[in-house]
Amino acid sequence: MAELVFSTKKRKPWIKKSAVIMIIYILFLLIPIYWLLNMSLKTNNEILGQFSMWPENLTFANYLVIFTDPSWYWGYFNSIIYVLLNTVISLAVALPAAYAFSRYSFMGDKHLFFWLLTNRMAPPAVFALPFFQLYSSVGLFDTHIAVALAHTLFNVPLAVWILEGFMRGVPKEIDETAYIDGYGFFTFFAKIFTPLISSGIGVVAFFCFMFSWVELLLSRTLTSVDAKSIAATMTRTVSAAGLDWGVLSAAGILTIIPGALVIYFVRNHIAKGFAMGRV
Amino acid sequence: MNKTVNQKAWFLVLPVLVLVAFSAVIPLMTVVNYSVQDTFGNNIFYWVGLEWFEEILNSERIHNALGRQIIFTSIIMLIEIPLGIFIALQMPKKNGLWSSLCLVLIALPLLIPWNVVGTIWQIFGRIDIGLLGYSLNALGIDYNYVQNPLHAWITIIVMDVWHWTSLVVLLCYAGLQSIPDAYYQAAKIDQASRINIFRYIELPKMAGVLLIASLLRFMDSFMIYTEPFVLTGGGPGNVTTFLSIDLVKMAIGQFDLGPAAAFSLMYFLVILLISWVFFTVMTNLDKKEGV
Repeated sequence: MAELVFSTKKRKPWIKKSAVIMIIYILFLLIPIYWLLNMSLKTNNEILGQFSMWPENLTFANYLVIFTDPSWYWGYFNSIIYVLLNTVISLAVALPAAYAFSRYSFMGDKHLFFWLLTNRMAPPAVFALPFFQLYSSVGLFDTHIAVALAHTLFNVPLAVWILEGFMRGVPKEIDETAYIDGYGFFTFFAKIFTPLISSGIGVVAFFCFMFSWVELLLSRTLTSVDAKSIAATMTRTVSAAGLDWGVLSAAGILTIIPGALVIYFVRNHIAKGFAMGRV
Repeated sequence: MNKTVNQKAWFLVLPVLVLVAFSAVIPLMTVVNYSVQDTFGNNIFYWVGLEWFEEILNSERIHNALGRQIIFTSIIMLIEIPLGIFIALQMPKKNGLWSSLCLVLIALPLLIPWNVVGTIWQIFGRIDIGLLGYSLNALGIDYNYVQNPLHAWITIIVMDVWHWTSLVVLLCYAGLQSIPDAYYQAAKIDQASRINIFRYIELPKMAGVLLIASLLRFMDSFMIYTEPFVLTGGGPGNVTTFLSIDLVKMAIGQFDLGPAAAFSLMYFLVILLISWVFFTVMTNLDKKEGV
């Protein structure tokens, strides 16, 4: 009885311990990003001259450099073009394949599935040189489609894997009922099935976007001028023109924005998506 | 779910097959081709058998890189997996503004291009302009990741924890979300302690996603290239030269095609082997749960 009294007396703390831990973790994540933002709003003189927690002479000159210099802003366009291409290609081939894996068993299906996954496990460093030779020999070097195709190496297996997880969650009776009602495969797929797994498709698009957007090694190896990605532009600027910390920071901040927007749109599905639809 | 046997399903898989054949099989064949040949230049190749493989297996440089790689992967997994579970347990359970905000902010590092991650920490750690380097030195710690091997290692590990712990958090959070409230209520009636709730309810429910997390973290950390390349360039000296950095140096820097190809194949096989173990455990777990 004494215990019971004690436990009812225990007051609810003003703020929960878990919230404090979350805030500490989030601060740990955000402080380095804040520092980049801080750098991007300073002049180079201020960056190197004095140490300050925030920009004393706020300047947008670094961003202006990026918005006015074609070799900078085309980096963003190039990246976005091949990322979108990659997302479309990956989804287009992964959808039917995932459907096959989730609904039918056929000769060699398990081996095929694992073999697909092995491509997600392949280190891009292994493929950098052969890709360079392959795409050069077919005349695709320095095009957006080359990078998009190269990125399917790891995005298609992932897309198949995630979509298969989501499709498994849709009862098979729905397919059967639709076929009995006289739907053909394609109308069924487009009109009934796709809406049912729309969150899965959103998640896959998010992942294809993410992994293609963050990748550097292949996109740098496969492009030189016309399709040069922003990541490659950044690393090359560092090595060539000395270190322009301000512009480099501004470029970094701008690469974070598309990702942040995309996360915001899929925030409700993101956790399930990261679990490959398997929870 | 019991599946129907249908060989025509192959047609649905065909597009993937063609695409992957183009983007994976052909390049891989090139690698195999290089790994057994040598050249005097001018595109004249001759057969050398397994010489390159022998060379790589006996190369001290590769042994060292492999050693560093294994140490790195073990350390970051030992930190990120428990830390990820811990943070996931602190995530707000109710859906609302606060939990959405947490999700978005936590996921942010995952969407930053890897070279920018390197740049962020490069700047953050510098002793003249970086908050971390500057404050540590102001506190009297002689921190300098450019010259001190230990500091370079610590910086890379903290960077990786910063970058990837969120992935583990999100996966575990998804696992925790799938636990019905009734389980917790039953535990309350049984007066289960916090540790027992974790041990007998939360951990088993997270087993599946934890395996995925470990698999992804293993694969990606074993292939890590961009972040250390930007941050330290493999230095000081060679102390942070991991397998991928070494491979790119060999293949594109020095153009030693034969050894690089043999190295690539063995590198790939090691990852494949370990991932296959993970994958088998995972599919068995799926079956057990009857998903």
